[in-house]
Amino acid sequence: MSSLSRDDVAHLAGLARIELSDAELDRMVGELGVILESVAKVQQAPTDGVAPMSHPMPLTNVTRPDVVRPSLGAEAVLAGAPEAEQQRFSVPRILDED
Amino acid sequence: MTTVATDAVMDYDEAMTKFDPVMGLEVHVELHTATKMFCGCPTEFGAEPNSQVCPVCLGLPGALPVVNEKAVESAIRIGLALNCEIAEWCRFARKNYFYPDMPKNFQTSQYDEPIAFEGHLDVELEDGSVYRVEIERAHMEEDTGKSLHIGGATGRIHGADHSLVDYNRAGIPLIEIVTKPMVGAGERAPEVAKAYVSALRDLLRALDVSDVKMEQGSMRCDANVSLRPRVGEPLDEAQLAVPLGTRTETKNVNSLRSVERAVRYEISRHAAILDGGGSILQETRHWHEDTGITTSGRVKSDAEDYRYFPEPDLVPVAPTRETVETLRGTLPEPPGLRRKRLQSDWGYSDLEMRDVVNAGAVELIEETVAAGASAGAAKKWWLGEPSRRANAEGQDIVTYAAGLGLTPAHVAELDGMVAAGRLNDSMARQVLDGVLAGEGTPTAVADARGLELVQDDGALEAAVDKVIEANPDVAAKIRDGKVAAAGALIGQVMKEMKGQADAGKARELILAKLQ
Repeated sequence: MSSLSRDDVAHLAGLARIELSDAELDRMVGELGVILESVAKVQQAPTDGVAPMSHPMPLTNVTRPDVVRPSLGAEAVLAGAPEAEQQRFSVPRILDED
Repeated sequence: MTTVATDAVMDYDEAMTKFDPVMGLEVHVELHTATKMFCGCPTEFGAEPNSQVCPVCLGLPGALPVVNEKAVESAIRIGLALNCEIAEWCRFARKNYFYPDMPKNFQTSQYDEPIAFEGHLDVELEDGSVYRVEIERAHMEEDTGKSLHIGGATGRIHGADHSLVDYNRAGIPLIEIVTKPMVGAGERAPEVAKAYVSALRDLLRALDVSDVKMEQGSMRCDANVSLRPRVGEPLDEAQLAVPLGTRTETKNVNSLRSVERAVRYEISRHAAILDGGGSILQETRHWHEDTGITTSGRVKSDAEDYRYFPEPDLVPVAPTRETVETLRGTLPEPPGLRRKRLQSDWGYSDLEMRDVVNAGAVELIEETVAAGASAGAAKKWWLGEPSRRANAEGQDIVTYAAGLGLTPAHVAELDGMVAAGRLNDSMARQVLDGVLAGEGTPTAVADARGLELVQDDGALEAAVDKVIEANPDVAAKIRDGKVAAAGALIGQVMKEMKGQADAGKARELILAKLQ
């Protein structure tokens, strides 16, 4: 497992739209590095002959019929919004993306 | 204010002498299921903002998505209709990105395990030749919310103060259909792109899985275009072996005409850059319908930036082979075969059928014939004035006619009035004008305008006698067997009758009197 670089952390912060100061970046490289190393221990488990899985339940095809159920209603939906306008969620301006 | 520098473009024909275009089309189709992909919220278009939203749509803690059975069936039927393999087992994946059009900060999609893959669609071009589009995959995902940008001059993102988001659309089932690189089309690339999207739309409509309304966004097309140096004819081995160039992805090209224009524009733009020694930046481009150009969007994220991983809240979809075969049994007659059948039923020549298909009038004519008109008359009326006007308005004939309230039943009624001898051809044209002007049904228009052939045989006979008497020389020719000369007399009889006579009947009378 390759270790995490400062650039990796800065890139991830960018994707998550989180602004990190230089000091925070340095700290996160260390902290995230420890977490990655811990999780990487899983890779030492003997997995020969074990099928890959992404879900603990041996289930497939759990579906529901295409039947309408009540929605929350706009008032309840927007109750958790920090700001709302014209019955919509108001969010900060989004730069350079569409 | 958005200021847009206009890019240099190379003349299209010149570009074709130097470069070989390769395309890849991604089409997103909203299914018209009653409910969303992972919850029971309704999917109605145009509902009050945020009125069709629940904890699953919002990604609230504890909310658990459950897959819509009908959406999976539709996805499989689409895959089968595109001659795809259907996965025996596949999963959903989270596509992670931080953007307010999805409140949960990821879109539930499929990544390396699409429900359908490796198919093809044969597309008929305007000249009747067939181009086979290879399908890479068709996968299930969910649509995103709709943003309204406030404060910008044009409602676009640049210059906006803030954005307002409506999540009614977030979670509506979406099928993304991705082609393999479309090579070998050469200068016909823009036409092939349009023909493919058109054929796909016909197919999806026949499957009855989507409204496929491009203008409402229920079918959307992203067009990838790249150029490589031209070294021979488009299908030459050597040409096909040239590595692909860098592509751009033009987003949200939302009409058939725009698909053709956008591809053509990007080809000319790439050609100018490459010919000048520059290189293409891999990016998304925005298509501007009004000016017919594209402008730079964002630099495209790498797939790894989306940090896809299997969706832990959903279990795998594993359609049994029995299910797949049952669904295969529900597939409609393929639109291409259906056309051939209709052409034979209607007795149209290849050229006539192509005109009808290119005018987008197949369904209109089918319904008009079902309503009692002859196939010939149905074609004549739909491809006449209504088509001309729809073209002039830049609309397709179906949308145009629906907008004016002109229905197949009207056209059949009009044809019936002609067949019954109430109207002649020129009167029928006036009636159609009236219907197009919103004056009501053909019968109502004819009544209101007083259009009716004079059924009084006495009046017609008197007119015929009068015209024969006034033209003894022409009458003599007809008596001598020169039947073609009757045309001159018919014209005068019609004039006498102020156009309100049946020209066929006038001809019969003239010949009867002179032979």
